[in-house]
Amino acid sequence: MAEKSGAEILVQTLLDLGVDTVFGYPGGAVLPIYDALYDHPKIKHILVRHEQAATHAAEGYARSTGKPGVVLVTSGPGATNAVTGITDALMDSIPMVVITGQVATNLIGSDAFQEADTVGITRHCTKHNYLVKQPSDLAGTLNEAFHIATEGRPGPVVVDIPKNVQVAEAEFRSHNGKVNSRYQPQVDGDFKAINEAAEMIMQAKAPILYTGGGIINSGPKASETLRELAKLLGAPVTSTLMGLGAFPAASEQWLGMLGMHGTYEANMAMNRADLVVCLGARFDDRITGRIDAFSPNSKKIHVDIDRSSVNKTIRVDLPVIGDVGRVMEQLLAVLKGRKFSAPDYEEWWARIKGWRATNCLDYPESKTEIMPQEAIRKLWDATHERHPIITTEVGQHQMWAAQHFDFEKPNKWLTSGGLGTMGYGLPAAIGAQLGDPDALVIDIAGEASIQMNIQELGTASQYRLPVKIFILNNEYMGMVRQWQELTYESRYSNSYSDSLPDFIKLAESYGWTGILIEDPADLEAGIQKMLETDGPVLVDCRVAKLANCFPMIPSGAAHTEMLLTPEDVKGTMDDNAKALV
Amino acid sequence: MHIKEEQVERHVLAVLVDNEAGILARIAGMFTARGYNIESLTVADISADHAISRITIATNGPPHVIEQIIAQLDRLVPVHSVRDLTEAGPHVQRELALVKVAGKGENRIEAMRLADVYRARVVDATTESFVFEITGAPDKIQTFVGLMREVGLVEVGRTGVVAIGRGPDSA
Repeated sequence: MAEKSGAEILVQTLLDLGVDTVFGYPGGAVLPIYDALYDHPKIKHILVRHEQAATHAAEGYARSTGKPGVVLVTSGPGATNAVTGITDALMDSIPMVVITGQVATNLIGSDAFQEADTVGITRHCTKHNYLVKQPSDLAGTLNEAFHIATEGRPGPVVVDIPKNVQVAEAEFRSHNGKVNSRYQPQVDGDFKAINEAAEMIMQAKAPILYTGGGIINSGPKASETLRELAKLLGAPVTSTLMGLGAFPAASEQWLGMLGMHGTYEANMAMNRADLVVCLGARFDDRITGRIDAFSPNSKKIHVDIDRSSVNKTIRVDLPVIGDVGRVMEQLLAVLKGRKFSAPDYEEWWARIKGWRATNCLDYPESKTEIMPQEAIRKLWDATHERHPIITTEVGQHQMWAAQHFDFEKPNKWLTSGGLGTMGYGLPAAIGAQLGDPDALVIDIAGEASIQMNIQELGTASQYRLPVKIFILNNEYMGMVRQWQELTYESRYSNSYSDSLPDFIKLAESYGWTGILIEDPADLEAGIQKMLETDGPVLVDCRVAKLANCFPMIPSGAAHTEMLLTPEDVKGTMDDNAKALV
Repeated sequence: MHIKEEQVERHVLAVLVDNEAGILARIAGMFTARGYNIESLTVADISADHAISRITIATNGPPHVIEQIIAQLDRLVPVHSVRDLTEAGPHVQRELALVKVAGKGENRIEAMRLADVYRARVVDATTESFVFEITGAPDKIQTFVGLMREVGLVEVGRTGVVAIGRGPDSA
């Protein structure tokens, strides 16, 4: 059998695994791998401008295509720069494999140039990680890495490869993606538990489906199954931030997102329900509000592929461990087998109708300023028929996008939910555009967040990606300012975006088209111009500076204590509330 | 504002893991990262081919935290199984300690007498010191070390707890 270098084995194994796109940045400790890539044009390498962006681009690629994102960075600063995106992928369960260069094995521990303890640093922000010490271990390790990243609850896996391992040779036998792995998560739900769940559903008078990112991770089929299950049940459906798109927003059964900036009807329904069916969500603190007041009168079923999510924050009556798509299929089969026909939940829907009547997403209109919510609605009006992929940064614009941009399909909404990483949106949009070159991809951004990875304008230019950036520019780190207004008597400590660049000129300097929208009367025309312009476009949309994102459950409050309008805000917060996240 | 603390209980866990580089750091790090306590931790490989290690962890926390500790351990890729011996029922816990005492006259005689009562063995002796080896449940060791403090304790080394369930079944 022919011997190959570690770098050759790596590239060959990536090809065997079906990898066609790698996001990366070269450096000393990965030069052998880059040299091997030179001979393999089948793998498209996307050169980013900063390693953090490589990880977010890989996340965007993974979230929109369902395939794992692959990252290649050098040792030391290459690896440490990637840590934020790796952590982001862990928090949002995004399948990703990050290949990092490392100094030669004989130099490890000697504080060599560009040495960092990558395996140590990434131990707690990866699902698993490896240091490969022999080229003969590379193929097996990479196969297992991809298996772990994509199976069970997806997540990031780091494979750290010392430079001498890339150069040294070993016999290579293709695994062709076949793994005999020690990691075999449970996919099918326990039959007894499924039956019990069906029993609980049949007895419920006020059930609600609370869905999450797990449904997106399970694949498009899971979204179909959810629609079928919801139809059979006739129950209301709400979702976390990460789960948006799994259930169509146009459905009568859709209540909107729940949680801190969720709708009044979704949160009230969660509070008053007698059965909560949690499907691929994890009772995150942004969802529950005050724990002891969370859905106090309901029985709770929790479907999750990760056992450690069960009873972590909220105690549930029935855990079902398994892939949420598969479990929903099993549940459907049992319900149909029992000739289940849902009652019309007349009283339950009547109450929900009452909550809906608050029209909690209404916002004040203005003829002089562009209201940010209005900008998102207009963006939706102009684009929704094309089912665009929307990415966001983190902050007010993200929540407004979640509230006002309606999704009908999964894999169209890419946002940093768990970690809340500013600077996610632009690289994620680049990754999504590479995954689907014909899609309309728009990064809804804020003027502060966009600056955290603004250098990626160059990446989009280089690969001629027609990404659109729509900045809601209010000259503030809006969410920080909003919390300072609500919690700290409007003492706006360091939340003003001073010394902003001229975004139009900045865009133009990278070869983008820049469009400025200042007047509400120009909003629709500005959006049209963005859509009609070929190539990448950055829109600097100046919006009302002091608009707040409502509705909102303040820190430490219950679902029933939502602030619907600025008039609901009274007094200041006590220390217990201030100390909460 | 004050930070509240919850009632805790002690549990002994037996964890079977792949004997690979970094496994101990992975487990110990998971405890610190999530704010769990480790009372003691022992590890050694136990299979004929040295592929599997058994880690015994004595930990404490409120019941919901213990449940999370087990789930969090179980999801680590190199972890094969986690058994809560405290929950599983009757089990044997043992710990070994080496205890050095120095002194002359009455203290030396008293140390020897106590060692005899606690079935500690002398593994080293000079005219002015002893090293005792004692095995037992952690509270027995604790008591013995406490007594030795009064008769010239110089230093003590403890292995931490190893434990195994009673009866014919394996963990």
